[in-house]
Amino acid sequence: MSTRIFGSGIKRREDPRLITGEARYTDDIKLPGVLHMAVVRSPYAHANIVSIDSSAAEAMDGVVAVYTSEDISDGLAGLPTAWLIPDSDLKTPEHPALAKGKARYVGDGVAIVLADDRYRAQDAADAVVVDYEELPAVIDPEEAAQEGAPLIHDDVDGNIAFRWVMGDREASDAVFDAADVVVSERILQQRLLPTAMEPRSAMAQYNPATQELTLWCTSQNPHIHRFIISAVTGLNENKVRVIAPEVGGGFGSKIPCYPDEALVSWASIKLGVPVKWTETRSENYLITIHGRDHVQHVEMAASNDGTLLGVRATVYAGMGGYLSTAAPGIPTILHGLLYVGPYTMGSVFCESIGVMTNGTPTDAYRGAGRPEATFLLERMVDNVAREIGMDPVEVRRKNLIPAFEDGYEVATTLIYDSGDYPAAFEKALDMAGYGDFRAQQESAAAQGRYLGIGVTAYTEMCGLGPSQVAGAVGFQGGLWESATVRVTPTGKVQALIGASPHGQGSETTLAQIISEELGFPVDDIEVLHGDTTETPMGWGTYGSRTTPVTGAALAQASRKLKEKARVLAAHLMEANVDDIEYADGSFSVKGSPDQAQSIQDVALMAHLAWNMPEGMDPGFEESQFYDPPNFVYPFGTHIAIVEVDAETGEIELQRYIAVDDCGPQINPEIVAGQIHGGVVQGVAQALCEGVVYDENGQLLTGTMMDYCMPKADMFPNFELGETVTPSPHHPVGVKGVGETGTIASTPTVYNAVLDALAPLGVTQIDMPLTSAKVWSAIQDANGGGS
Amino acid sequence: MWPNKFDYVRAGSVDEALSSITDDGKFLAGGHSLLPVMKLRLDAPEQLVDIGRISELQGISANGGLTIGAGATHDAIATSADVQAMCGALASACGQVGDQGVRNFGTLGGNIAHADPASDPPTVLVAVGASVNIQGAGGSRSVGAQDFFVDLFETALDDGELITSVSVPDLSDHQSAYVKFPHPASRYAIVGVCVALKMNDDGSCDHAHVAVGGATVKAVRCSSAEAALAGTTVDDAAVNAAAEAVKSDIADWLAGDIAYPESYRQQMAGVFLKRAVAAAQG
Repeated sequence: MSTRIFGSGIKRREDPRLITGEARYTDDIKLPGVLHMAVVRSPYAHANIVSIDSSAAEAMDGVVAVYTSEDISDGLAGLPTAWLIPDSDLKTPEHPALAKGKARYVGDGVAIVLADDRYRAQDAADAVVVDYEELPAVIDPEEAAQEGAPLIHDDVDGNIAFRWVMGDREASDAVFDAADVVVSERILQQRLLPTAMEPRSAMAQYNPATQELTLWCTSQNPHIHRFIISAVTGLNENKVRVIAPEVGGGFGSKIPCYPDEALVSWASIKLGVPVKWTETRSENYLITIHGRDHVQHVEMAASNDGTLLGVRATVYAGMGGYLSTAAPGIPTILHGLLYVGPYTMGSVFCESIGVMTNGTPTDAYRGAGRPEATFLLERMVDNVAREIGMDPVEVRRKNLIPAFEDGYEVATTLIYDSGDYPAAFEKALDMAGYGDFRAQQESAAAQGRYLGIGVTAYTEMCGLGPSQVAGAVGFQGGLWESATVRVTPTGKVQALIGASPHGQGSETTLAQIISEELGFPVDDIEVLHGDTTETPMGWGTYGSRTTPVTGAALAQASRKLKEKARVLAAHLMEANVDDIEYADGSFSVKGSPDQAQSIQDVALMAHLAWNMPEGMDPGFEESQFYDPPNFVYPFGTHIAIVEVDAETGEIELQRYIAVDDCGPQINPEIVAGQIHGGVVQGVAQALCEGVVYDENGQLLTGTMMDYCMPKADMFPNFELGETVTPSPHHPVGVKGVGETGTIASTPTVYNAVLDALAPLGVTQIDMPLTSAKVWSAIQDANGGGS
Repeated sequence: MWPNKFDYVRAGSVDEALSSITDDGKFLAGGHSLLPVMKLRLDAPEQLVDIGRISELQGISANGGLTIGAGATHDAIATSADVQAMCGALASACGQVGDQGVRNFGTLGGNIAHADPASDPPTVLVAVGASVNIQGAGGSRSVGAQDFFVDLFETALDDGELITSVSVPDLSDHQSAYVKFPHPASRYAIVGVCVALKMNDDGSCDHAHVAVGGATVKAVRCSSAEAALAGTTVDDAAVNAAAEAVKSDIADWLAGDIAYPESYRQQMAGVFLKRAVAAAQG
């Protein structure tokens, strides 16, 4: 018996080309005669565009054209919002690809310059003279929702784009009125910059002869880009080909269809030559979507014995200047539905208000809505524990949902698929040595050292998702995936998928699923993706869905092929199908092990079709559409131990323990990598990352000199553990793991820091917990003395 | 990431560099300060005169003191046995600039000409009383480091002048250290403190050199902190007094940013002065 490939931590096949710089990204693709697009961007967060004088720019060497909103108005429709939340009084203000009359955030495109050279394009963009009339700007979503705030869109009254209510307000009030204890906190989920390693890029090539448009772009979902580009340009969808070559990370920021992709497409159609645009890192920070940006007013009700009774929140979610592609779904469906977490809590209520602001548009950023829910829940559990004088671990232990294998309905109406929260919880506490830690903490305190521990129990909803649910919640698409497993005559496999991985290692993981199901060596399997003409339809890679959804489609397509192989093998060996045994890629007849047909033999014979069973078609290829019957719900417990230097406010993350359950792990190395990356991003939200605008809406954290990306030396070696609870509804039992680290780690580290600061009297600090803020909080708690 | 158009000249000698530079030109050495601001189009010199390969700007010599060529890289200084022996704090500061790649390219001359207030080497140069050797069309001159750094990104250099070397006194009989509180985003100094102590045989401090950077618009020599240490045994009381004094020494020069305001940096100067004294004595 060979080593099982499923569950084996083989190296990512993607890495050699990525590490050696051989991978080909959008910007690496060169076409002769290409024009370079530079975008004139508003320097004001909110301003009327009085006039645009492009004459000087047009006269410059190499400049082919300068276009404004007026020029594109007959050929390029506004960008659609594709998540239309029902029953929320949703307004979808027009989002023209170039600002029409008014700019609504710093970076809003005002004009485009097309030139034969990237430098000349930028020089000419600088030479376009725009006369602005600056208007008062508003950035904070809660302020923007107040009466008298500057109105950003005339057709969005009070800047309120939507108001989504989950739960019964009166029932919730009754629970809170009757509760022994109610704790509350105003939580700021600060804006974050997704910061994918590869900035966004797009190149369009329109062929006037065939009237076909090819768009290479940094996309997590090329089929969605095809759909939107078709819609905004008016080209038939079968005349648009979107190719996502190598894509260097996305974290959600490459889901939306942006003005830039639409503009290069329109310009290429207009001029009949290829047009390319690649953003600078500075542009990336200005115009590529931001994440989070909630102001949350949260309360939790509990009994004196630590029983959690309910949570309720009013959330002001900043949408920025326009509603990005999926933006309305993030602080609503992907947020409120997570308010129960892993607890037996029976009452939930959420009012989420989507507010237009003069910030950069927000949309999905790793975890998308779920980190914002998990944070508020875990923060409030710690607050309950403090209020009633109970150990926060005891409060959690008391309220965890007991183990279940097949369905558990919670107060948010979700039906969790499977879970054993107590097992993961106790395992993490054992790994951390929780009891010993509390003793260490006390002795350290006696020496004036401040240690803290944070414990987060979480579950989350991913593997998005059942298409019927998508439709019911207003998502303007399906959420199934499709895949084709194609075997060549020589027994090599091409798996074509509609999803579009961009750094997750899916080419490796998905090959392992096929190898497990079908018996081909994993190195003989290629996973191909990212081209709407070459791959079957799919809705993209986000929401920790590619392994659960595409993986299921591939497993089922492989099973169909295997059944065909079994029947053909029986026929070739003149045996009864029921007598065929399969092991390690080989079919044999029960009782006569010498007679065998390998899967490669069978594939060849299926291609030759010299001797097929009655009614069997030739070829060796199967396709499968897979619509998941439910979401998958990974879960786990994360623990952080920190020390705060009270003299400076610096935080040292000393230990980080993560026990995650994503069902059976296809590749433990890749799972660990996903958790590492997710934890780093989540910890960074707690400790260092945060967008800052000034009062005029100018982005002050416009470069990495000011926007603090996490660095390797901020982190200890992570201590990972796992439990394995298969999803009952999934063909191979797997759950997503791409976002768990981000979802669990922010409250874990935040609560650890606040635990450390408790003896100093500090109870709340807005994220990120910079040393300056921590130090100030310590001073304030001491009444100003040091 | 797309700088404006500029002319490029590579100079083979200091004289050639000085005769090549135009009114809107800038000297280019390692490029690690200049090129980032050009890529952001925050600066747009029309001409770059590349002085990176001029041999007379290279090298570190020790002869009763250190003469460090303006073109010496941070790495060369950090790893120089002579610098480590004569001014350990300078070697340490240069070893804390950027990352290894930056240290391999970035030069001391370029660093101080840029005069970023949060850069590390200027703080040491001001503390130890180094001098900056400058050449221009009209001849050469030497300016004390304290006078060389005028204000935020502003130096005593006149148009067309070039730093040729930096002279650093021999402090091998001092205990010195440069201790930095790095900004988590940029790793520039939130505050950087240089302390050099000359101890007498009887355990008392003959004199002290103290300067602070990062928290200030330029590296600032801290005379009252120096006075608080001189003549003491550098005991806790003296160090605490110096930590208080340093805050007033820098009070008129404070700088801050959105995450680490002036008031915080001022307090941290006191904390890091204590740490620098401990490091120097360690």
